[in-house]
Amino acid sequence: MDWRIWSLKKSPWVFHVNAGACNNCDIEVVDLLTPKFDVERLGIKLVGSPRHADALLITGVGTAQTAKRVQEVYRQTPKPCVVICIGTCACDTGIFHSGYHVVGPIDKIIKEIDPNAIIAYVPGCPPKPEAMISGIVKALSAL
Amino acid sequence: MFEGFMNNLFWILIFPGFVFTTIAGFIAYWIVRKVSALVQWRVGPPLLQPFYDVVKLIGKETLIPEDAQQGIFIGAPVVGFAGVLLLSTMLWLITLRQVAFVGDIIVAIYLMVLPSLALILGASASASPHSAVGTSREMKMVMGYELPLVLALIVVIIKSGGELNIARISEHAPVLSISGFIAFVVSLLCVQAKLGFVPFDIAESETELASGILIEYSGPLLAVWKLMQTIMIVALPLFLVMVFMGGFGISGWPLVWGIGKYVLILVLIILIKNTNPRLRIDQAMRFFWVWCGLIMVIAIALAIVGNSTGLIWL
Repeated sequence: MDWRIWSLKKSPWVFHVNAGACNNCDIEVVDLLTPKFDVERLGIKLVGSPRHADALLITGVGTAQTAKRVQEVYRQTPKPCVVICIGTCACDTGIFHSGYHVVGPIDKIIKEIDPNAIIAYVPGCPPKPEAMISGIVKALSAL
Repeated sequence: MFEGFMNNLFWILIFPGFVFTTIAGFIAYWIVRKVSALVQWRVGPPLLQPFYDVVKLIGKETLIPEDAQQGIFIGAPVVGFAGVLLLSTMLWLITLRQVAFVGDIIVAIYLMVLPSLALILGASASASPHSAVGTSREMKMVMGYELPLVLALIVVIIKSGGELNIARISEHAPVLSISGFIAFVVSLLCVQAKLGFVPFDIAESETELASGILIEYSGPLLAVWKLMQTIMIVALPLFLVMVFMGGFGISGWPLVWGIGKYVLILVLIILIKNTNPRLRIDQAMRFFWVWCGLIMVIAIALAIVGNSTGLIWL
């Protein structure tokens, strides 16, 4: 295996993007860092800048206001990187499907600028922390 | 001639320079993260985690902002890294081979400022408003902690009878006297600030500034910053051990004893890191200048009185 991919799987640093979520998924993302789940034992770390990140955890439907920002954050993330859609809204816009402000889902927004982006979907309202860890693992194994 | 050159290269690059110090630093960083995790009732990262992080960063893409001053942006991490590498090699050489010169303590003080200066340069060249705020905070921190640190080293020089040579200074152990102990505590806090650990990680605060000074760095350049911090966590406590606690031995019990002193300082740093919230920049400045400065003036007075009256414990 390529040493870049091997080391990336050992220490995926995660940046959290809110693309118009209701804050429910965001609270569940923070749960990952608590003693019960402690993702630092897998090398996962929450970082403050997209330039340090290897994985983008995106929550929310992708509103007209946030779509451009999500694309900008994706451009600022050094490649190789993966995108993980957290929650039903991010996966397929959920109950906000025909809302006037919705331009998502997230995979459509990301694929506008990079058709080959690696995207994992973690449905749920909110998804369980175990499901999120599983999503990150699956996204990384697709690299 | 050539033999000597190769020998020097070996000293700087392999042992006890780059390779050895980096490995020691990875282990020290793992201890920091593991003990922090245990304090918070977590499991913590595996032993090789700091190594994985650096390898991963080397393999990633480098992004350079459009408006950045490219030369300085790329050069600054290298300058800071070279500074701390020189510092650690110098300290190891003094320990292992007694290669020392008069005034090397002053050289060490200058080399310890170099990483902060490099951070200020690199961050201000990156043309980001967040790193501009981080830069101004880092500058204030440097001005804040340098004063008490230099005052603490003056106490050490007085206690060791006016020596300016680290090898000679490390024959004494100033920490066993009252003024020396005060100076040790203050310089431990200054080292905390130099390492950028909580409660003095004001310039790099992740929650308000999105990692402030390092925000625009990515890939290999960020790896160089991480390596710089890795070497600093070896070199700065080692400097404290040599200056305050009577230095390292090379073999046998003195070596074990020396490692014990280093671990003691590391554990103190970790405990301070885990039991304090981050300070505001004005609180940190007031803490260093008013409180630490005042205490250090008293310690210097005590040291002078102790020297002139022959009371070594003062």
